[in-house]
Amino acid sequence: MRAWRDSDLWYSFTRSRITVAAASIAGVMILAAFLAPLIAPHNPFDLASLDLLDAHIPPVWSEDGETRFLIGTDDQGRDLLSAILYGARISIGVGIASVLLSLVLGVGLGLVSGYAGGRIDAFIMRVADIQLSFPAILIALLVNGVLRGILPSERQDELAIYVLVLSIGISGWVQYARTVRGSTLVEKNKEYVQAARLIGISPASIMLRHILPNAMGPVLVIATIHLAVAVITEATLSFLGIGVPPTEPSLGTLIRIGNDFLFSGEWWVTIFPGVTLAVLVLSVNLLGDWLRDALNPKLR
Amino acid sequence: MPSTRSSADFVAAEAVARHFDVSKPWLARAIERSPRVFLKAVDGVSFAMAKGETLALVGESGCGKSTVARLVVGLYRPTSGRVLFDGLELAGLPAAERARSRRRMQMIFQDPYASLNPRWRVRDIVAEPLRAFGLASGRAELAERVGALLVQVGLSPADGEKYPHEFSGGQRQRISIARALSSNPEFLVCDEPTSALDVSVQAQILNLMRDLQEQLGLTYLFISHNLAAVRHISDRVGVMYLGRIVEIADSGTLFSQPRHPYTQMLLDAIPDLAMSGREREPMGGEVPNPLDPPAGCHFHPRCPFANDRCRAETPALKQYGPAETACHAVEEGRI
Repeated sequence: MRAWRDSDLWYSFTRSRITVAAASIAGVMILAAFLAPLIAPHNPFDLASLDLLDAHIPPVWSEDGETRFLIGTDDQGRDLLSAILYGARISIGVGIASVLLSLVLGVGLGLVSGYAGGRIDAFIMRVADIQLSFPAILIALLVNGVLRGILPSERQDELAIYVLVLSIGISGWVQYARTVRGSTLVEKNKEYVQAARLIGISPASIMLRHILPNAMGPVLVIATIHLAVAVITEATLSFLGIGVPPTEPSLGTLIRIGNDFLFSGEWWVTIFPGVTLAVLVLSVNLLGDWLRDALNPKLR
Repeated sequence: MPSTRSSADFVAAEAVARHFDVSKPWLARAIERSPRVFLKAVDGVSFAMAKGETLALVGESGCGKSTVARLVVGLYRPTSGRVLFDGLELAGLPAAERARSRRRMQMIFQDPYASLNPRWRVRDIVAEPLRAFGLASGRAELAERVGALLVQVGLSPADGEKYPHEFSGGQRQRISIARALSSNPEFLVCDEPTSALDVSVQAQILNLMRDLQEQLGLTYLFISHNLAAVRHISDRVGVMYLGRIVEIADSGTLFSQPRHPYTQMLLDAIPDLAMSGREREPMGGEVPNPLDPPAGCHFHPRCPFANDRCRAETPALKQYGPAETACHAVEEGRI
């Protein structure tokens, strides 16, 4: 079954040029981001290597450009290309980690909700409804604020990334939970689940080994689209100044820093990270859209 | 109620009932002032089975046959009454003993497309009861047992590597049977095992089940609406109507001299190959709404023999000659 499904997916993948392009771009960007220490010309996190005299250098094709800094530097004298590579690494890393957190949380709660039913189901789903009535970014801000309030201030910078992952992760579980609950409600009444209950298989084992594999298809689609959303959320939080510390900027932090200089003519500090973010999110979104259609049996 | 059962009965249902709460949600009920609504899927069903016997339950859709099957194996708990398996009530047993009893009973389901997990390989599906009950240790022994089971139901050991969608309906039902047999059960509940299959395949599956019964001394509770299949496989037949058994007799008696008017109607509806051209009494009326069944005998709105007593008083199963029938008209000698 797996081989057949794979080949079917592969066929629909190769037939869509946009998807292939999106996959290539996303692949190259993710690869470049994770290989940043190897391919970046400078290390923007090494504060000792920064020289304030290098600050505000425009891209190499401008009049005052220098070949050392291909697309210019920011106000700290950081090489923008290196900062974008390192920043994308943080953005994508935080994105993937928070998607995984949302996924585990949402899938787990969805399975329990659908399988147990009754009051447990009602409770989990009402919590989900309440959370759904707020914008996700607001939930992330709230969790972020609470966590920062709890943590001691001297450790906030080193824990900032984990706080970010936690707040974005918690803000996104509802979609997974609702989808998985729906599939669970369908699957739990199928006869193979009854056959397992009949021989005394435990509910946990039925949920994980029987129902989960049959409910994972739509979850993968949501996860792909959610990855783009999580990267944006991270950028937004960092733009608002409550994301990663300014010494280790993510794409969102770079955009915020550049925003301060946009009106003084130093457009490159904010435009390049912004374009990188837009292209990354767009290609991941296109991949998610394709996956959704490809896995939808009605559209085959 | 029928006469008291002896403890030698292998499987017995004693006035088993199962009511489902189909009321609207609490808030809607409070606003509309509507009462709670219960569906009496099974309403006081009693029967007993001896070891090695095949009892069939027949009836129209929605008469509660499948609910009885699930009550007997313990997938549902009875609302009242009890089910005894080898003299023990499954619901009241401690976990360890319940597992021991569970090993001895298995179920074959109606839909071979839903009863096998589509993401599991056949060998894992068949081996699941073996693993759950710790009946085989080690990969090699497990593989050997699974292979032997697949051969026993007419498949090949190599089929274990495949996924369920690679098989036809009949082959899938064979896989279900192999799975059910894997824990060496003594009692099999078959919930319409052939109704989703082509007619030509139905006979193969029924014959396989009969052969296995002879080899292994199995006891079958066979749920079906297919009277030809029932006649082929069963020793005794119970006819259900709206949650109650209206007639129960050995297969020969029931098919040759049905007493209850409902049984007569059912048998009359079987097409005969001889094309005798005889006038048929068409099955009149519809099954009433099970949420609001008629008072007295549930069958009275469709029954040509109904009188005032039938409309008021529920008839009990009583012995008339070789059959047990629940009918006032039979009791009063009007039929």
